[in-house]
Amino acid sequence: MEKYAVYVPRLVKRQENFAPGHRACIGCGEALAVRLAFKALGNNVVVANATGCMEIVASQIPYTSWHLPWIHTLFENTAAVASGIEAGYKAMKRKGMAVTPDMKVVAMAGDGGTSDIGLQALSGAMERGHDFLYLCFDNEAYMNTGIQRSSATPFGAMTTTSPAGKKSIGQTSWKKNMPAIAVAHNIPYVATACHSYPFDLMDKVARGINTPGPAYIHILSVCPTGWRSPTDTVIRLGRLAVETGMFPLYEVENGHYKMSLDLPQLRPVKDYLKLQGRFRHLSDDTIGIIQDRVIEEYNKLVEKAKDGSKRAKGKSRAGTAKVSA
Amino acid sequence: MAKSESELTWKDLEIGCIVTEPGNARQYKTGAWRSQRPTYDFSKCIKCGICQLFCPEGCIEQNEDGNFEANMYYCKGCGICARECWPRVITMVEEEE
Amino acid sequence: MTTRVGVEVSIALADAVKLANADVIAAYPITPQTHIVEHLAELVANGELDAEYVPVESEHSAMSACVGAAAVGARTFTATAGQGLELMHEVLYVASSMRLPVVMAVANRALSSPLSVWGDHSDLMAVRDTGWIQIVVENGQQTVDNIICAFRIAEDKRVLLPVMVHLDGFYLTHVIEPIIFPEQEDVDRFLPPNQYPLPLNPDKPVTMGDFGPPVIYTEAKWAQEVNLIASKEVILGCWDEFGKAFGRHYSPVEKYHSDGARVILLTMGCFSETAMVAIDRLRAAGNDVGQIRLRLWRPFPFEEFRQAVREADVLIVLDRAISFGGPGGVVASEVKAALYNLDRKPKVVSFIGGLGGRDITEAGFEDIIKRGIEIARTGSKREYEIYGVRE
Repeated sequence: MEKYAVYVPRLVKRQENFAPGHRACIGCGEALAVRLAFKALGNNVVVANATGCMEIVASQIPYTSWHLPWIHTLFENTAAVASGIEAGYKAMKRKGMAVTPDMKVVAMAGDGGTSDIGLQALSGAMERGHDFLYLCFDNEAYMNTGIQRSSATPFGAMTTTSPAGKKSIGQTSWKKNMPAIAVAHNIPYVATACHSYPFDLMDKVARGINTPGPAYIHILSVCPTGWRSPTDTVIRLGRLAVETGMFPLYEVENGHYKMSLDLPQLRPVKDYLKLQGRFRHLSDDTIGIIQDRVIEEYNKLVEKAKDGSKRAKGKSRAGTAKVSA
Repeated sequence: MAKSESELTWKDLEIGCIVTEPGNARQYKTGAWRSQRPTYDFSKCIKCGICQLFCPEGCIEQNEDGNFEANMYYCKGCGICARECWPRVITMVEEEE
Repeated sequence: MTTRVGVEVSIALADAVKLANADVIAAYPITPQTHIVEHLAELVANGELDAEYVPVESEHSAMSACVGAAAVGARTFTATAGQGLELMHEVLYVASSMRLPVVMAVANRALSSPLSVWGDHSDLMAVRDTGWIQIVVENGQQTVDNIICAFRIAEDKRVLLPVMVHLDGFYLTHVIEPIIFPEQEDVDRFLPPNQYPLPLNPDKPVTMGDFGPPVIYTEAKWAQEVNLIASKEVILGCWDEFGKAFGRHYSPVEKYHSDGARVILLTMGCFSETAMVAIDRLRAAGNDVGQIRLRLWRPFPFEEFRQAVREADVLIVLDRAISFGGPGGVVASEVKAALYNLDRKPKVVSFIGGLGGRDITEAGFEDIIKRGIEIARTGSKREYEIYGVRE
């Protein structure tokens, strides 16, 4: 990644549209990811939010942490509500009713509300081609209801509904590849991001919102409460997830894969796993299985990006992307 | 908001319980949660703003000298800023209040 | 316009939505509502209706999309039936408690299992408590008229509640009836533009859908209930204005020879019209019988109902759905509850019939009324009578 001249106030908007005073856990990576994403989105957006951590911490009657128009209804229908908002706005604009020009629609949900209960609505919205940005904040379990497993929980992780015990190593299925599902819908923009790479995240969010049609961004959000790790290692864990290849950063523009990071060598997954209590029970053998699988998946991904790793371009673009030479 | 939650009557609620005051959750003192607090040695501070970038609360602001300092009304004491600060300006100490 | 045209009721319904100039239609096809959504798609495709047609992937998403569209201030419509209504069940509560003016036509259909695409009121009864304003129609003209009224009622700033118009599946949706369509200018005059007071708009950000801890939930629900009850006045006012503008008058309880009648039959939905033939025959033979039809199901019209049955001795209630293990007929039990505290009230006899598309003939209705009078005299060991089951 290019070295940015880091002087945050010069590079990042000051306004917090997701205001402090929210009730997220101490050291919540997801709250950080939301905060960063919305710095890239500006003020002209409407947000549809699924039931989950971010919804609960930000919206207890009579309070709201949001400085943007925001709607929460249920758990599994965010993409459908966003579709309705987009359709309503489009119709009203076309019929000359008073609306804000250039309003954008953002749908946000956790991993549960995206890859499990919310998958149908998301698939429908992507297939219909609505112009919206879908942000999945992935903390790898149903955290808000008490750390139960989701299809995004990684292999071997301990959750309350996939606990490690005498007859189980924890989660026995591999993490569902949601970005691949999004790519399979042939939408113009799909990306993965992490709050530990904040400028990359903000760039991708900006690119996603400015892409006409559906855009999907999958954001790894470290949860110290659920992952059983110290609250101050949140950023470090995000970096390790990326550097070990457990959560690769990439973009897919109109089907063309681009790696966001040049990683000639992946760090051993053990570096990442040992910092988290949810993996504490794993034997060396299981860690070996995970290691092999991570390398295999990472190589497949890099293959898709054709000539190995590629840096993501810095500018946002609309319409089709050029195939990079 | 003049009334506390337990004082609100059904007539006080907006239609559909819609909240019309953006960001009014700012009233809530999340600072009461912390068990440790950041302390600063600003002589080392290079004013890069990384701590502000990584704070999950978004409560770090520049003071009059341009140094970045957490707002104690909101700071939950997670320690991310202390961990990420390059020149090690910040040290977390146990909260005494 | 006073020309009557013969139109399939589903098509007429869709044309009424066109007259109302809906902005967003988000619907999922399900027998027997399919002709409604198909014709709407055609109207949009031909540019006759300027709306966004969202072919969602399930009924749950249909109502969710309607909620989203209504929240930005668009005039929103959907239609469903039976299983579809059940699939969107949780979203129905959301639409009403979040006070979003969605209009929905329900082609009443029996609920599985066994699978039945045919008409009865089991889906209607299943959504009784969802907080929607619910209007029941018996013929094509009433359908068209009440769809137009539904938009006006829902979007009225004193109401801001979603409205369901219930019409019997197949019995209405798939029959051709004579219908007078109001003129577009007259509808435009009758139906003001939708101006939702607190829409999702970046110029004035609002937060919709906060969660309610125990300290506030009761207040939230009471506010919703007070509003639903108060909406009756607006509904009556709307029907009054409609009557003045178009010459067709609607009431919460429609009467047919019921004033002063000793025996009254209460029905909902289109088999009421068949029953009216039976009433005529019985009256011609000297029987003192009448009929009332519930047009407004929610909010329940307590006053009008009590007034209508005040002088009767026997009230025979025919439900078109079973509520298992309980008093049997939901309408019958509501009616009993409405009459309980009165000093002078008719004996209520509960019948259930017409399930899953089973027809009841005029002779069948005569039978029911005669049997009902008999049971009122002798009493019955059963909570209710099931009509027409082969034993």
